[in-house]
Amino acid sequence: MKKITIILSVLSLSVLATSCLKDLDTRPLDEKTFTVDKAYADQAAYKQGLAKIYSVMAVSGQDGAGSTDITGLDPGNSQFLRSLWNLQVVTTDECKNGWGNDSWVPELNNNTWSNIKNESIDGVYYRSMFIVALANEYLKQTSDEKLNERGHTAIKAEVAKFRLEARFMRALAYSILLDIYGNPPFITEEHPIGGYMPSQIGRKAMFEYIESELKEIEPQMAAPKTNEYARADQGAAWTLLARLYLNAEVYTGTARYTDVITYAKKVIGGGYTLAPNYTNLFMADNNTSAAKNEIIFPIAFDGNKIQTWGGMTYLVASSRSGSEKDIVDNGTQQAWDGNRATEKLVDKFTYSDLSGDYPVSADKRAIFFKKGRSKEITNPLNTFTTQGWSVFKFTNKTSTGGKGAHNDFPDTDFPYFRLADVYLMLAEAVVRGGTGATTADAVGYFNQLRARAYGNASGNVATLTLPTIIDERARELYWEGTRRTDLIRFGQYTGSTYLWPMKGGQPSGVAIDAKYNVFPIPVADLMSNPNLVQNTGY
Amino acid sequence: MKRLFLLISVLFIATGMDIYAQQKFPVSGTVVDAKNAPLIGVAVIEKGTSNGTETNLDGKFTLNVASQNSVLVFSYMGFVTREVPASQAGTVVLNEDTQFLSEIVVIGYGQVRKEDATGSIVAIKPEVLNRGAVTAPQELLVGKVAGVQITPGDGSPGSGSQIRIRGGASLRASNDPLIVIDGVPTSNDAAPGMRNGLASINPADIETFTVLKDASATAIYGARASNGVIIITTKKGTKKFAVDYNSTYSVNQNTKTIGSLSADEFVTKLTEANPLSTSTGLAAHYLIGGYKTDWQKEIYQLGLTTDQNLSVSGTLANIPYRVSLGYNSQRGTLKTSGYERVTAGLNLTPSFFDDHLKVVANVKAVVNNNDYADGGAVGAAAFYDPTQPVYNYKSDGSINYDMFNGFRNWGTTSLPNTLSGTNPLSLLYDKYDNARSDRALGNIELDYKMHFLPELRAHLNLGFDIAQGKGTSGVKQNSFQAWKDGDFKGIGRKTEWNNKRQNTVLDFYLNYTRELPSISSKIDVMGGYSWQHFYSEDYSKELSNHATNPVIKKETTFPTENYLISFYGRLNYTLLDRYILTFTVRDDASSRFSPATRWGLFPSAAFAWQINKESFLSDSKVISDMKLRLSYGVTGQQDLGLNDYPYIALYNQSTIYSNYLFGSTFYPLLKPTGYDENIKWEETASYNVGLDFGFLKNRITASVDGYFKKTSDLLNEIDVAAGTNFANRIVTNVGNLENKGIEVNINAIPIDREDFVWEIGLNGTWNETIITKLTANNNPSYVGIPTGGVSSGTGGTIQMHSVGHAPNTFYAYKQVYDQDGQPIQNLVVDMNKDGQITEADRYLTGYSPAPKYYFGFSNMFTYKKFDLGFNMRANLGNYMFNDFAAGNSTSYNFSNQGFLTNMVDVVNRTGFTRGNSPQQIKSDYFIENASFLRMDNITLGYNFNKLFKSNIKGRLAFSVQNVFVITKYTGLDPEGWGIDNNIWPRPRVYTLGLNLTF
Repeated sequence: MKKITIILSVLSLSVLATSCLKDLDTRPLDEKTFTVDKAYADQAAYKQGLAKIYSVMAVSGQDGAGSTDITGLDPGNSQFLRSLWNLQVVTTDECKNGWGNDSWVPELNNNTWSNIKNESIDGVYYRSMFIVALANEYLKQTSDEKLNERGHTAIKAEVAKFRLEARFMRALAYSILLDIYGNPPFITEEHPIGGYMPSQIGRKAMFEYIESELKEIEPQMAAPKTNEYARADQGAAWTLLARLYLNAEVYTGTARYTDVITYAKKVIGGGYTLAPNYTNLFMADNNTSAAKNEIIFPIAFDGNKIQTWGGMTYLVASSRSGSEKDIVDNGTQQAWDGNRATEKLVDKFTYSDLSGDYPVSADKRAIFFKKGRSKEITNPLNTFTTQGWSVFKFTNKTSTGGKGAHNDFPDTDFPYFRLADVYLMLAEAVVRGGTGATTADAVGYFNQLRARAYGNASGNVATLTLPTIIDERARELYWEGTRRTDLIRFGQYTGSTYLWPMKGGQPSGVAIDAKYNVFPIPVADLMSNPNLVQNTGY
Repeated sequence: MKRLFLLISVLFIATGMDIYAQQKFPVSGTVVDAKNAPLIGVAVIEKGTSNGTETNLDGKFTLNVASQNSVLVFSYMGFVTREVPASQAGTVVLNEDTQFLSEIVVIGYGQVRKEDATGSIVAIKPEVLNRGAVTAPQELLVGKVAGVQITPGDGSPGSGSQIRIRGGASLRASNDPLIVIDGVPTSNDAAPGMRNGLASINPADIETFTVLKDASATAIYGARASNGVIIITTKKGTKKFAVDYNSTYSVNQNTKTIGSLSADEFVTKLTEANPLSTSTGLAAHYLIGGYKTDWQKEIYQLGLTTDQNLSVSGTLANIPYRVSLGYNSQRGTLKTSGYERVTAGLNLTPSFFDDHLKVVANVKAVVNNNDYADGGAVGAAAFYDPTQPVYNYKSDGSINYDMFNGFRNWGTTSLPNTLSGTNPLSLLYDKYDNARSDRALGNIELDYKMHFLPELRAHLNLGFDIAQGKGTSGVKQNSFQAWKDGDFKGIGRKTEWNNKRQNTVLDFYLNYTRELPSISSKIDVMGGYSWQHFYSEDYSKELSNHATNPVIKKETTFPTENYLISFYGRLNYTLLDRYILTFTVRDDASSRFSPATRWGLFPSAAFAWQINKESFLSDSKVISDMKLRLSYGVTGQQDLGLNDYPYIALYNQSTIYSNYLFGSTFYPLLKPTGYDENIKWEETASYNVGLDFGFLKNRITASVDGYFKKTSDLLNEIDVAAGTNFANRIVTNVGNLENKGIEVNINAIPIDREDFVWEIGLNGTWNETIITKLTANNNPSYVGIPTGGVSSGTGGTIQMHSVGHAPNTFYAYKQVYDQDGQPIQNLVVDMNKDGQITEADRYLTGYSPAPKYYFGFSNMFTYKKFDLGFNMRANLGNYMFNDFAAGNSTSYNFSNQGFLTNMVDVVNRTGFTRGNSPQQIKSDYFIENASFLRMDNITLGYNFNKLFKSNIKGRLAFSVQNVFVITKYTGLDPEGWGIDNNIWPRPRVYTLGLNLTF
């Protein structure tokens, strides 16, 4: 009797129990969270997946300015463009930052970074590698087999173009990693996701991989200016190749200046034209005004829909002061008292009138503001309104005098590749002995930029030398994120050939060790990936 | 199924253990209670032998004993044991043990006599006499139990406190204990809209708290038990009709303000730091106003609290019942803050079929209304320019409400200064944040004692916990904040939210209890099954303040759920009434883990030895109780603080603020998220040694416990190899952590006279937590995981989780001092001697916010009808980073950004006059010893018996809470969470209380 009761109880209990075990296999209830199969059930997903890859350069996360794809770092401060800009610009003669409370600042101002975590160094590294991971996953999820499985055969041709662009973005990310860290981990869609520990392949092999990828995809990509705005086309691929070749000697020890000329000429023949007015290149309507014809590849921003505390918001706000009544001049209400030019940058221009708040130069590219400020910086921290001139080059105002859509976030796109840069690349390659274009060609392109800057031929030159070119790059491209790479190529970044305020931590500048030509691989990654070797000296 | 079978087999083995011996002299009789009702299942044993039986359904028994001189021992749970000669055993009356309630302790899925308990269990009744104004249940536990550290919340009404049992076993996952309310295990976030999940329980309804500390006690709760368990049992119906009315009125006074400079002092300091001869000096001087405002005076008010409780209990139609109603209302010490709570409780405990079926039904309902005030006003008031007025004035002297709703702020409506602070009164009056939270929690328990096998009970518990919170927060139109709004200039925005929680539980177990007199043993076996479902749905809508056609910025609904399914069992075996063994096992499955990792087995074993029952101690006049306890067990932690699907590869779509542009079309972003398919729970293996003492008939009781806990598979957010996942960090099982400690509890009655009694309670705890492993690979250059954000700068941290150190160890620069011991500004030690000051020069200070020792000390004096009691508490060896001081340590605080910021007296202490370097604000100079001694409350009471010659009894009491704090810490309050930054000071509370019962 006892036993029967127990058995009965046990039976009823176990029926109850086993029927509930399947509850453990619950799946997400949220309609914006998908398992992989569901994510690509809709054909619109292919373009949204591609958009994510591009967007890493613009937004910090999935939900506006406060969100981040990379944890452990401030969303705005670690945003891709902002971090990259800090490494490429704040560490050079172009700019010093004034934020005394941020530990990344003095390390970059003074070129004293180490293998201890630095938000900018980590930001570029992890967001670039994130582009690589996203592109790899995208290539896996968009293979022909997957499309067949899902019955998405009608869009195969379009998806094939998307895949080329994913590969372009991966090559672009790797080119940045190559430039900044020298020898990044290497992982492609051939490798598994999760668990696999990527290795380094060496700077030369990485260069060759990027080169081969770009050369393989470039013929299949959309012709220049035929793709949708902000999507990469042949022009973008060619410019990236030209930039790679220009720095090839730094990366591989072998100069490739003739290749620079080859691809620069392809770009120049692609139908791009210089913006009639230099200032329009950095305004809120640079995606619609004539300036867009100069922009080969932008990072797109939008006040309402592409919001970040990094990116263009940083460039527009960081060089203005909250104390100045004219902050509204930048088209937003943001003014952050951060970045200003060093005397080395402002002295690249000559001025006819320094009596007002705005220095006057015949070269219209000198867009500075000096109210209450000395030209010299002796201590960058907390001296924003007294030391160093502000740079008002980037703005959320439009070329027609209006302003962008939002009070915090600019509409202004960042010209990542633009024609003027390609002209200067070609000119430099010619001066450095590359073949395929004449000196006259080089001088001609060079003078096109001078003429635009002066509004006439008064600033034109007759001959070109390397010193003229590096200085002209400063005048034309200052604060556009190429300075560090340029100085390294000219042998002026480390060592003592060229000094600027705060270089090496001294107000007058001192020599720094050659190890600073590359940044350290973040220690966090060395920790999690035992296959990685740190750069020499860190 | 396999698991269930295992558990049930144990039951079978147990039932087979009946061995009878035959004796000669037959005795029979009936056992009844004081009311002559038969008692069923009373153990009847021939003294000095193992021969015995039990009474049947009519209370009758028959037993063969050796002779008529034999003595029979009658024992029954809850009754005083009697010894009766066999010759007189006709009708035996057993009396109820009046101390019964204190002798029974509630444990997981059952209860046990205190002397049979093997685990480290502390059951305490909430102190009724000495408590002052108490809003949340956990306040009743503060300082009362060794090994339990409760950090009260800040000064906001209804704020929650943090409970840590034995130091906390996790870094990344929750360290909150599991709270079981009347058999319903609750989830930590069960109460949306309340800062304090436990606040939905009216403290006046609580009968007992039982704190389960060691694994022997907690392992029955398996994967939710690593941080200890607190079981709350509410009051039940009584036999006699009783009414209890409690009423308190309190005044809450803010007693501490930050040492901000007065307007005159500020102007002097400002001018010193920014001389008029400089351009910045001129700019600063231009901004100085002509007022003398004491902002801290402006933001505070006198808080008022009232708490009313009424309960009625009795038995109606044979159903014992208890009904209670509570009302609590508070006005906080910061202007605009308020809190209101209405609670209702119903408890029914009917029994059927001669008590064979016992039913317990509980329903508790609560409505909370919160008017949150922005605690940021505390810091804002300390630093807002004292030379500025509170309001904007028109030229005629009246307040100009057109400008920022009348509140004076930096900038103009068209161009508000976005970098400046906000007028503290704007923070209070132009921001609003209201929440209403409704919660109902209840269960029905059916306990059926089999008619034909009374030793076997079947227990079914069905419980629910349903809550809904909704609220609105935002800024008012035309406020400073609204004018700073980039999207809706001058209009501003608000957020409406509505969050739901639905947790349901089903528990079923069988319990078999049997005295086995033949082998002087007692067994108690339990095996069961549990199913729990946690569902939540969060809704929020962010929209503009436009009166008509508001613009919706964001609207999200996020439903999610998880399940826990478990099988569990326990075997208690008692030999010779003094050797007790307990084994428990729980097999848990959580839907949060993949099929490969979701099941976890959590066993425990314990042994207790009631030493005082041994012959060598049984006659001792000094030692009245002595028990040794040993236990080992494994528990887990599955509350990862992650989403409910961390093991599945998922994609999500971005919001409209993170789109990307192709051509002229904006596209949402489809992103794969990081995941770890191998993720599973943390496991904590615990060892416990305990010794309980009672001296002088338990006039002095004491217990000492030593514990060692080792958590492995510690969940930690670690960096993953870049490029290999879709997040740079994932939470995964990599680390190890160890806790060890000693706890001492002493209760004594030094004086016990008829009209004067003095009672003392003292407890002390030493706890040490050390991280022993953090990463998959060992790299000596890896310091650890930075944590503990500071307010200055972007992304700066001051703490580090590092191997070989306590969690949250402060990680700072070493300050250099001059010969007078004054810190030299911006000079820190070059620790690695590389000639540069870099991040590499920070060091692990060895200091952490966790106290090394903490103590509770309570005293109660009763003289005739008066009583006086006080509770004190001390923490030793806890450190605090005074972030507030660090961020404001220099008089060079004028940034020339169009506004002024006041200074605090810290600048006088440091003497800093230049801009701070990034190192200075992370200097160890600001890590301060925050050890303290606090008197939590003191109460004077008067008890009266017959009010106006009626049979109304009562008590009148006056108490003061937060009486004083003794500390060397220079900030507002040494008790916090490690980084002192803008805390709303805890007020001092004066309470007058009246209690009436009849």
